[in-house]
Amino acid sequence: MNIKLPFTKNALPPVTRKRISNTGILLIITVTLFFTLYIASTILFKSSNFAKYSVFFNLLNNKAHILLLALGLTVVLITGSIDISVGSVTGLVSMVIATMLTQKGFDAIWTIPVSLAIGIAFGVVQGFLVAYMEIQPFIVTLSGLFFARGMISVINPVSVPITDKTFMSWSGAKVYIPFLFNERKNGTLDIAYLTPAAIVAILVLILLIIAMKKTKFGRALYAVGGNPQSALLMGVNVRRTKFQAHVLCGLLAGIGGFLFTLFAPSGNPGNGVGYEIDAISSSVIGGVMLSGGVGLPVGTLFGVLINSLIERVVPLLGITEASWPRIITSAFLFVFIVLQSIFIGAGNKKGVSAILMQKIKARISAFPKRFKRIFQRKKTYPDK
Amino acid sequence: MNKINRGTEFPGTTHKSIPRKIFGHKLAIPLLVLMAVVVQNIITTPNFFDISITNGLLSGYIPNILDEAAELIIITLGMTLVIAVSGGVDLSVGPTMAIAASFCGLLLNGSEYRTDVFQNPYILAIFIGLLGGALCGAFNGIMVSYLKIQPMIATLILFTAGRSIAKQITHGQTIYIMNPVYKWLGVQIPGVPVRTTIIVSMVFVLLVVLLIKLTSLGLFVQSVGINNSAARLVGLNSRVVKFMVFVICGVLAGAAGLVGSSSVGSVNSGELGMSIEMDAILAVALGGNSLSGGKFSIAGSVIGAYTIQAITTTLYAMNVRADQLNVFKAVIIVVIIVASSEIFKERIKKLFIRLKQLLPKIRSTLGNIAQKMLRRRGVQ
Amino acid sequence: MNMINQNSPSPALNMIGIGKSFPGVRALHNVDFNLRSGEIHALMGENGAGKSTLIKVLTGVYAMDEGTVLIDNAPVVIKSPKDAHKQGISTVYQEVNLCPNLSVAENLFLGREPRSLGLIDWRKMNMQSADLLRELNISASPTAQLDSCSIAIQQMIAIARAVNTKCRFLILDEPTSSLDSDEVKRIFALMRQLKETGVGIIFITHFLEQVYEVCDRITVLRNGERVGEYDICNLSRLELVTKMMGKEIETLSELRSEKEKVKPEDEIPFVEANGLSSGPSKVAPFDLKMYKGEIVGFAGLLGSGRSELVRSIYGADKAVRGQLLIKGKSTRINNPLNAMKHSMAYLPEDRKEDGILSELSVRENIIIALQAKRGLLRRISRAEAEKYADEYIKLLSIKTANIETPIKSLSGGNQQKVILARWLLTNPEFMILDEPTRGIDVGTKTEIQKLILTLASEGKSIAFISSEMDEMIRTCSRMVVMRDRQKVGELGEENLDHSTIIRTIAGGEKSNE
Repeated sequence: MNIKLPFTKNALPPVTRKRISNTGILLIITVTLFFTLYIASTILFKSSNFAKYSVFFNLLNNKAHILLLALGLTVVLITGSIDISVGSVTGLVSMVIATMLTQKGFDAIWTIPVSLAIGIAFGVVQGFLVAYMEIQPFIVTLSGLFFARGMISVINPVSVPITDKTFMSWSGAKVYIPFLFNERKNGTLDIAYLTPAAIVAILVLILLIIAMKKTKFGRALYAVGGNPQSALLMGVNVRRTKFQAHVLCGLLAGIGGFLFTLFAPSGNPGNGVGYEIDAISSSVIGGVMLSGGVGLPVGTLFGVLINSLIERVVPLLGITEASWPRIITSAFLFVFIVLQSIFIGAGNKKGVSAILMQKIKARISAFPKRFKRIFQRKKTYPDK
Repeated sequence: MNKINRGTEFPGTTHKSIPRKIFGHKLAIPLLVLMAVVVQNIITTPNFFDISITNGLLSGYIPNILDEAAELIIITLGMTLVIAVSGGVDLSVGPTMAIAASFCGLLLNGSEYRTDVFQNPYILAIFIGLLGGALCGAFNGIMVSYLKIQPMIATLILFTAGRSIAKQITHGQTIYIMNPVYKWLGVQIPGVPVRTTIIVSMVFVLLVVLLIKLTSLGLFVQSVGINNSAARLVGLNSRVVKFMVFVICGVLAGAAGLVGSSSVGSVNSGELGMSIEMDAILAVALGGNSLSGGKFSIAGSVIGAYTIQAITTTLYAMNVRADQLNVFKAVIIVVIIVASSEIFKERIKKLFIRLKQLLPKIRSTLGNIAQKMLRRRGVQ
Repeated sequence: MNMINQNSPSPALNMIGIGKSFPGVRALHNVDFNLRSGEIHALMGENGAGKSTLIKVLTGVYAMDEGTVLIDNAPVVIKSPKDAHKQGISTVYQEVNLCPNLSVAENLFLGREPRSLGLIDWRKMNMQSADLLRELNISASPTAQLDSCSIAIQQMIAIARAVNTKCRFLILDEPTSSLDSDEVKRIFALMRQLKETGVGIIFITHFLEQVYEVCDRITVLRNGERVGEYDICNLSRLELVTKMMGKEIETLSELRSEKEKVKPEDEIPFVEANGLSSGPSKVAPFDLKMYKGEIVGFAGLLGSGRSELVRSIYGADKAVRGQLLIKGKSTRINNPLNAMKHSMAYLPEDRKEDGILSELSVRENIIIALQAKRGLLRRISRAEAEKYADEYIKLLSIKTANIETPIKSLSGGNQQKVILARWLLTNPEFMILDEPTRGIDVGTKTEIQKLILTLASEGKSIAFISSEMDEMIRTCSRMVVMRDRQKVGELGEENLDHSTIIRTIAGGEKSNE
């Protein structure tokens, strides 16, 4: 009979050569990219104060709603599905809020449950069609996109401003961060602050990080995205997991719509157009694989920050047209999608992809050890 | 193993009932929908079939629908091929239209944003415009066929960046081409009583049909779409076929862009072909084509496209705003896809079987209840 | 453990009189099977023997029509995979059924992760995984991502996952088919270790060597019936192969006489391969010469590399080394179109996956290869296509309502004939026919066999693969024998008889008899 040996450190099993996982590489690329861009901007545009705390935090303040949408997409993309309706849902939520407050005279507090309900409703319907009717998620959510966009003008075809005092006070609130300030030239203090929207976004991010890492649901998302057949054989309810992912994404889109309305308090038929693209590109740049199974919410945060940074930096380069940030973001998206396709191709062991992949891995492994240690979790086991 | 093949069934030897023959035809559904729309129109607008000549042009409901459907028809042709070969869609057709029109406009206007003198020959501009469309298609095609990225994801890049790129081509502004010749393509060639858009869309339908009839493209596209590995083993290069189809789709989108910009006499990259991809996908689905690829019917797609335009025009006539239309279209597309999905069919089948099984039970329970009631009455 | 086994020879798992039918097919008939604790029991049989049906009945995927399953002499009901799991029956399949994107530890514990305060306790999970891996001598780090491990390690992790639940009976369904010999040894070490702890293992494999290396007993199935159950030491390889293949007695004097005429004519072989190989996981380097007018059979058990060999000639799998000569000229064949341009044709083994274009008509399925060869622009006209289709439908007597019928609604045999027609239309000089008669009714089978002989007499060179020994003996003038992904021999006409072929397939025979 086999007797369980007492666990001693010396008796560790011989470990296969450690390789950097795909998640690792994608995250390293993203984080490096963000800091390189940020440091470069600090040096290049001295007058625009990138070294200031407040500028850094504003990157998040301006994009809290996008972070919410991107987190939703991270969840569905990890299961190997997609949701492109989130931008239109955002627009729909903002229009509904504006109509409720300005034309129907609802109390501001009611806008919160209504926003969430709209998001969940979209999530439930789309999730059902994707998970239980097995219809291509792209087609389903494309229809969702057009449905929501159409509903906006059914509800209200023109711009509706929001004047509700309670809502505007939420919208204008700032939470200053102690100790993070810079002195202005005239002697006043420029204190970094977060908007309530940003705080909500950060809270959601933290909750999601915990959920993805530490709950059965979170791990099921990864398992389903990695290999649905295997997940099924390993006892995961694949359909339910996909359904839940879509509902969660819808919910996050609802919250995102609410946060967007806080950021830009008016109902406008053009609200949220193209936000699904911002959300997808943030997730993808943040290291989420479109083929599913790979990605981290933290990466998505950096994806959003990169997008926010691009939007801020491009005008400073003297390019005033609004279309350039979109082109640059798309170019990043393109590069990352191609990079991912190389990663997938690398599985075949032969061909250009694999050689490229080996080179990329070799490059990254060749980073100074100290640098590497920051990004790789320590892989030792504590003694019993 | 010999026992597997018991009786051999010869399709066609069993005689189908007449209704099944009619409804079984692949074009039945699109034609029925189109007829329903037309009938609805006849009821609501008595002058539906009236055609008159105003300003030397045929006008009336039907010529209007044919005219307004022109861009959609051209786009749908390309979309049909893309869906057939890849089982995915080309999302970037709208932005491709804008890019092609921008190239054309740039060549015609030079640096002016409003002029009535062509800076370059019109033919050259059209050629460059189509080339722009082909480039967009090639970009998508390389990603789909050589990098093996899902079509929807690959075309997403141009979908997002395309309109911005088009804007950059025209230096960030809407340009107006005032030379009346420019409108020949999108409105009317002097002396011809039919709108050019109608002629152009017919010409493109004819071109694509000829391409399929005269070359083996159709067979290759279907083979690759149905079974990639079998297609490879019979000597087809599925990459080249896919790439070609995306280029064709790009050229067609470019052509639609030229027609569209010509009919309004300006290049506005923010407006041109807005959300036309949705209509095109819908048209292909309405035409009875499977969105998961394989067999396709150009005729079905064309009917589908006219149906959508007819619905759109009808709803406009009922004072539905353009952006509200999307609600209807989204619902229709979901209903069509759900109804044609395997799972739905299976469920319906199961439901029927269960109903059939339940029927005697229900009958007997109903009978029992009736008997009991009768007995009670008898007792009373 | 061994002591206990000898004291209690009664089996722990007992399947008695299992029967299972599918519409039109009797997959299992009155099959007995038993498994003791602490033994490795090989389940052997050729294609269609009923192995996988038996396993699926045992694991609750299929419900059996008749028979009983006893565990520890008590009858049990297994209606679903969950029931099987409750009874301690776990399965590991050929393809690793784990999630490549998760860590090793997660793959071991997915669905039953150790938790504290409702959240997954990763420390605990990693530690438990490390314990488990060490116990089973699997050299993998719990935190490594699964796809960074070799396939063998992944397979071992799959086994570890199966064992980690209270598993008493482990089914290994071809776990070794994509591994090299070193990796197989490691899997075997793990299997032996599990055996020591009292787990009963059912081992399914196509590799004879492996059976003799690791198994204690063998049960052989054929055509849905049990041929017998043997202790490994009492059954020679030769006997095993004979029992697996069985003997079909058919009178085919008519075919024999035709066959006599078939003789190689040319001096220069049509195809000559020198050390050709499409990679170690497919087929080892082989030499081969094939002449005009010759039918060469490729014999071997399923998975022996016979299909991979012909695929490497045709360019369906790209050759990574070696040289290929066609009519004496060195040629590179990178893809099927190259091969077709050199007058080759290939009828694939899997008709459904690689052969038919299901939704297209019979006519389109017939002309597709010729059309691909001609290219995009030189379209075969409708009239021409109809002429070809009619011609071949008549020639091969394909039963179809008309030429526009979709091929998917034809019977298997007629689908196969359509694919034959597709290739004959390209007028090939060299035809590869991989299992052309599988899943086809007897009448069509004979027709196809006759056709093959006729084609050879017309001077075509034919590579013929079949699982039916008699069929090949009847038709082939030479036979190449494959075993464990290697070409192990060639038999001339004088040696084409059952016992020689089976002896060569079995191979490695020392002195068991």
